Amino acid sequence: MRLDIVSYFEFRAFYIMPYHYLDDVATADIAFEACGESKEELFIAAADALMNVMVEDLGTITERLRREVSVEAETFEMLLFQFLQEFIYYKDAEQLLLRAARIRFKEHKGMWMVTARAYGETLDPKKHPLNVDVKAVTMHQFAVSENRGQWKARVVLDI
Amino acid sequence: MAVPLEIKKISETVWELPVTFRKGMRVPARIYATEKLLKSMDETVFEQAANVAKLPGILKYSYCMPDGHWGYGFPIGGVAAMDAETGVISPGGIGFDINCGMRLISTNLTYEQMQPHLTDLVDRLFQQIPCGVGCKGFVKISKNEFKRVVEQGAPWCVAQGYGWSEDLERTEEGGCMPGADAARVSEHAIERGFHQLGTLGSGNHYLEIQVAKPGNIFDKGLAAQFGITKPNQIVVMFHCGSRGFGHQVAADYLQIFLKVMKDKYGLDVEDRELACAPFNSPEGQDYFKAMKCAVNMAFANRQVILHRIREVFAEVFGKTPQELGMHQIYDVAHNIAKLEEHVIDGKKRKVLVHRKGSTRAFGPGMEGIPFIYRKTGQPVIIGGSMETGSYLLAGVEGSKETFCSTAHGSGRTMSRRKAREMFRGRQLQDDMRARGIYVHTASYAGLAEEAGSAYKSIDDVTAATEMAGISRRVARFVPIGNVKG
Repeated sequence: MRLDIVSYFEFRAFYIMPYHYLDDVATADIAFEACGESKEELFIAAADALMNVMVEDLGTITERLRREVSVEAETFEMLLFQFLQEFIYYKDAEQLLLRAARIRFKEHKGMWMVTARAYGETLDPKKHPLNVDVKAVTMHQFAVSENRGQWKARVVLDI
Repeated sequence: MAVPLEIKKISETVWELPVTFRKGMRVPARIYATEKLLKSMDETVFEQAANVAKLPGILKYSYCMPDGHWGYGFPIGGVAAMDAETGVISPGGIGFDINCGMRLISTNLTYEQMQPHLTDLVDRLFQQIPCGVGCKGFVKISKNEFKRVVEQGAPWCVAQGYGWSEDLERTEEGGCMPGADAARVSEHAIERGFHQLGTLGSGNHYLEIQVAKPGNIFDKGLAAQFGITKPNQIVVMFHCGSRGFGHQVAADYLQIFLKVMKDKYGLDVEDRELACAPFNSPEGQDYFKAMKCAVNMAFANRQVILHRIREVFAEVFGKTPQELGMHQIYDVAHNIAKLEEHVIDGKKRKVLVHRKGSTRAFGPGMEGIPFIYRKTGQPVIIGGSMETGSYLLAGVEGSKETFCSTAHGSGRTMSRRKAREMFRGRQLQDDMRARGIYVHTASYAGLAEEAGSAYKSIDDVTAATEMAGISRRVARFVPIGNVKG
């Protein structure tokens, strides 16, 4: 990873592993809980948790190209849902493995918007140790919460 | 695992949760299983079957098949028939992988003839049929052409030279559900799917070379009519669906339904994955037309994969696919909703049958199955774990009891992460090789997750469907070669 894109959030995302997988939620699929000290951190962590299901070692994804990931939704919860769906979309539509950085939120007239700079590269099975594909983000027990500045999300992915 | 105390034993293989089990149930829930299988089901199966029983327009019962396990909204193995006039349609009753299904192909080769070529064959199949995360297929088409594919399904493939016309007769719906409308599908879905034609995918999707051992034929006459005639005959079975295209269609409409469900239609559900809309509403009809596109994409996907399999066999054995007797036995969908006619209380009615992890099992004489199978009942293909084996069943008259539905597979009992802790992919591959099963995988971690011990016994599941009288066993196939996504 190049130094110029290392932000505080990314530093945390890389070295603190702000997500973990939950065993007892989904037998045939995969559930995770992501957390962060801000909404931005939470979104980065959740995107990484999703990518880490497909790619065993996120460190193998280097910055070769960038994409702007931008979605809007009526609720903050659905915003995360759609944001994660975009990472699945890029994986299928352009075979891109992306990680999120530099996130901006906007709330306007009851609509939430998020714009993220995402970086990564084209999927290469020789370089990226691949695991299982993610079909979709599900709404099963999907939840985003905040408690004293700690943000948390619970997500179940369809495999 | 705890079976609810309220459950009532109807017979050795039918268990009922009465409407008093949970508030709001419109019909009872019926679980088809032996006592052993029932006890191995996770508690959420009962809750989910009860939640489905609360959906508007549901008829007779909310069903769960013997391979039932935890799903989203609906349990996997769930069947719900809705009144076409007053009922709802729910993407959660179909699943994210719309028309995930099974295809079975016979050959005139025997195990002895296959054995010397097996490794080469499996390696070449792995090369020719892309699988794993984010894979691209060999069929290069534009987005506009892809829209034709999703409206026309497998017949599009055969017109392009990918397959034989008899393949279409031997595919559920003839390989195309009429009424598919690409205008009801998002650009995102098209972009995710248009270069995935001919790909297997990942997770529990696979392609297997299997053997029909003489001791594993349950009904010789039926097996022969389905094309299984030789001792140790080789068959090819594969499991895959509509890929990113179908997943996106499901995710898009889940969001649309969540928006309109309550405010516009006053519908309330227990779990957001049960999001639904009246079947006779603009949103319900749009989804049905989009779902049909995904159904057709999956039929087309399995059709080009079949074409590829025939090519590889021809290369390896130096004979044409015709000379190798590579006839398709059948292709079934196990994640789908279909408008069907069923007799309810003596009256013929149009109903929307949701089958999520359940296979249609039309009995002898029923309309909608190929002419060659009119007397036998439709072939039902049940995929087991990669270590244990799979089944060919036949539909029976008695399946009318479950809106002509039966099981679809073995059903997981161990979580993916737990399986990865317990098994090592490379070790498992070696162990399986020692037992005569050669596996070529795109991911060792993915392989470990699919270990046979992570699944219920396929023998128990298929036996239960026969005991319950909703399908009958024809043959059991043992895997010898496996391409794993």
